[in-house]
Amino acid sequence: MGRGPVAALIYGGSGVAALLVTGVAFAFLIQGDSPWHLKIPIGPPGLGASLVLDGLSAVFLLAVGLAGATASVFGWGYGRDGAHKPGHHGPAPARVLPFFPLFLAGMVMVLLAGDAFGFLFGWEVMSVASWLLVLSTHDEPETPRAARLYLVMAAIGSLCLMVSFGLLAGPEAAFSFTAMREQGVGDGLTALAVVLAVLGAGSKAGLVPLHIWLPLAHPAAPSHVSALMSGVMTKVALYGLCRILFDLAGMPDWWWGALLAALGSLTAVAGVLYALLQDDIKRLLAYSTVENVGFICLSLGLALMFKADGKPVIAALAFSAALLHVLNHSLFKTLLFYGAGAVVAATGTRSLETLGGLIHRLPRTAPLLLIGSAAASALPPLNGFASEWLGFQAILNGPQLSLWGLKVGVMVVGVFAALAAALAAACFLRFFGIAFLGRPRSAEAVAAQEVTAPLQLAMVVPALLCVLVGILPGLVLRLLHDAAAIAVGTALPASGSLGWLWLAPVGQAGGLAGNSYSGFFVLLVAGGLALLVFRLIRRHAASGLRRADAWGCGYPPVGPVSQYSGASFAQPLRRVFASGVFQAREQVSMPEPGETGAASHLLRWRDPAWDFVARPVWATVDWLAGRLNHLQFLTIRRYLMLMFATLVTLLAIMAVLA
Amino acid sequence: MTSVLLSVLFQLVQLALVLAVAPLLTGCVRFAKARLLGRSGADPLQPYRTLLRLFRKEAVVAHGTSWLFRAAPYAVFTLIWLAAGLVPTFSTQLVLAPAADLIALVALLGSARFFTILAGMDAGTAFGGIGASREAMIATLAEPAMLMVIFTLAILLQTTSLAGIVETILGQGVGLRISLALGLVSLLMVAIAEAGRIPIDNPSTHLELTMVHEAMVLEYSGRHLALMELAGMLRLLLFMALIACVFCPWGIARAGDGPLVWLLGLVTFFGKMMVAVAALAVFETSIAKMRVFRIGEFLGGALLLGLLASIFLFVSTGFKG
Repeated sequence: MGRGPVAALIYGGSGVAALLVTGVAFAFLIQGDSPWHLKIPIGPPGLGASLVLDGLSAVFLLAVGLAGATASVFGWGYGRDGAHKPGHHGPAPARVLPFFPLFLAGMVMVLLAGDAFGFLFGWEVMSVASWLLVLSTHDEPETPRAARLYLVMAAIGSLCLMVSFGLLAGPEAAFSFTAMREQGVGDGLTALAVVLAVLGAGSKAGLVPLHIWLPLAHPAAPSHVSALMSGVMTKVALYGLCRILFDLAGMPDWWWGALLAALGSLTAVAGVLYALLQDDIKRLLAYSTVENVGFICLSLGLALMFKADGKPVIAALAFSAALLHVLNHSLFKTLLFYGAGAVVAATGTRSLETLGGLIHRLPRTAPLLLIGSAAASALPPLNGFASEWLGFQAILNGPQLSLWGLKVGVMVVGVFAALAAALAAACFLRFFGIAFLGRPRSAEAVAAQEVTAPLQLAMVVPALLCVLVGILPGLVLRLLHDAAAIAVGTALPASGSLGWLWLAPVGQAGGLAGNSYSGFFVLLVAGGLALLVFRLIRRHAASGLRRADAWGCGYPPVGPVSQYSGASFAQPLRRVFASGVFQAREQVSMPEPGETGAASHLLRWRDPAWDFVARPVWATVDWLAGRLNHLQFLTIRRYLMLMFATLVTLLAIMAVLA
Repeated sequence: MTSVLLSVLFQLVQLALVLAVAPLLTGCVRFAKARLLGRSGADPLQPYRTLLRLFRKEAVVAHGTSWLFRAAPYAVFTLIWLAAGLVPTFSTQLVLAPAADLIALVALLGSARFFTILAGMDAGTAFGGIGASREAMIATLAEPAMLMVIFTLAILLQTTSLAGIVETILGQGVGLRISLALGLVSLLMVAIAEAGRIPIDNPSTHLELTMVHEAMVLEYSGRHLALMELAGMLRLLLFMALIACVFCPWGIARAGDGPLVWLLGLVTFFGKMMVAVAALAVFETSIAKMRVFRIGEFLGGALLLGLLASIFLFVSTGFKG
């Protein structure tokens, strides 16, 4: 079949192209240039099309490029690895190879588009390519349903965005972003466009309750595609949100920010609670993406509120926190999905309850995933904490807002953000602890073997960057200056008097003073102290070490079933958090004394988003499809009549409006 | 230049001080509790002897544990030691003060907890899992509650830096506020949970089903156990020092104060710690341990109190505009 060379060519080509894109975006951000414009000759007649690279798109381009490069390496290794282990990698390469570069190209197209047509065209390419990639595993039982739901939600989302752009373009049909920016279309229409943009881009990004497709579709794709969908496709959707709300729609109203912050808070907490209930590791990671999108939206909402309130420096703080988290999440989420892919490659299973003890079998993957898990749990000195810290600093400036409701509201947003961060730590403890620690829970986990070098390389790069961005976030913040200037009109002041090793943003913002954090020094001092402790103990304490059976309060070690499982680890959390919203119920039936039958434990929970959003939408779409079905079988005369009637209606509307 | 040198010196003194005093505090709490219960009680210096004995013993490590199990005690101890070194005890002039504010302090404690929980899960025993899952539940409520108290302080005092908080309270004063009272109650509840004291967890229990922290470190022995125990003692000291430093900062030396004030700061620090020890001992002997599933309500209450504290702040201050 010649798959080997073809795969190498396609993944190699995508990898090099992605690296180039990363390089261009990085160079652009370092230089802090004025936007680059490029007119392209093809496009809708009379309108043309243009590509624009500015500070905002370059930041997102950086994330897409980096993830694309590592995903290419991982995908190449993944396909090769699977050759000798049938069934472990699902899709045949021919179902993935053609669409992988198309998917990347679609995302880059969205980011570079200088007009609504280019944007929507790229958006559709991105959606369809990722849909086809999800379908590459169509022989797995869950995939067809996931793919169908994804298609419906993607169509609804695109429709919302299309109308939103149409409204912003106004009667003059100003479809290029430059023209759109300059003209106002009135408050009412702008408000409608904003709501539609939140719906359209939000459904792609995974805002609760429009997230329902995401945890089904993202895990269904091959792992390197899951990494791209979760790590960067959601970010491209957020780029759309940023572009419309911060740039094209003009000066925001306070309620835009309130809407986004409220949705973001809900999304952050709900997403991580869902993640805690999952058994499938890839679905768990997809729900964690929902949580992180929530945190980003919450920060964006804060930025909008402060911008509307005339506090641009604090708006820049919140916006920079959001963008830094965009980069951070794209790093650690791709790392985690590659890790999940490595686990699948090594064991052939995605269920937490069948894993365990992988730290011994995958000695290289385990520490890398530990870094990813710690970063996702927002632990210092890793990158996740740096952006959370900035976000909290923005929240602390809430009292500077002039509206009373918003002051109190921002505090409630703070509770949600704090709760989401704490729950995320529990979620990733469960993920890493159950899958990698303890004793193996199945024969597959016992037989697991370390993955090959390309897969490891694809994980090493984001893991290193997680540490690097974590200890030197100040340098990355400098790359975000232009983006903040575009979005809120002013850049975050450089890290104050303390220099680039520090995050000390608010000293000059007029509000809180003296707040600072330095991941670099925290790591340096903690490392120094750890070394000191280690040396002292080496020298002065007893050095004997003996292996023995686990103590376990004197109970002899029984089989691995006696360990805590994923479901039992989450049980206290379920009881505290999920018994209300999710109606989580447990049923334990014990055999009568003397009987030797197995005891059983049944866990049930309901998903309110599914009950109240997905099912009605689903039913409506089905009903509409049934109704419109007979339109496919009309005579040519009828079709012509329909077209004529549409034309007349449109002309009539135009006449009335004019 | 001298001020930088001085802050480095103070930082080193502080790191040594907390390490030296932590076992004494735990010993005092145990002694006071024993006396209140009518027992004669062990010498308050007993924890030092216990730790020394543990350091001299060989470590027994369970079959099937990984490198993480042996690395965790070092990580946990270092992180908590560093966190304890960040809370001003006798002087606000600490060179590390700008490197980590209160939010970072919470996160450092979170990192320590992260490794403790992982260590508990590594051996693959049922008790390790029980402790890990309960600790995770406690943490998910205690951490946001503590952050809410910090938000309240930050809004009231315009800073999240601990040194800044002390300087502001000592410099300008804040007066009595209902928010501070609510915040204090909330922080006390969090401290009880985080330090693993009654009614959330019982540090001296060995009844399997009630253990939380003990269950996670069950498999440790020798030097590893000594580090974990010392980390636990440091955490208790940290919370006592934190509450003292935020709600009763008087006596702490500020930048520019002379040697006499430093000494005074040391003396008042010991005084405050002894008051805290007495209060904790009385509280623990007068209350029964709570069922595990009541903890959610207890800490949920702390979280709401924290939120109320910040909202009351607007009610009382915000009308100025």
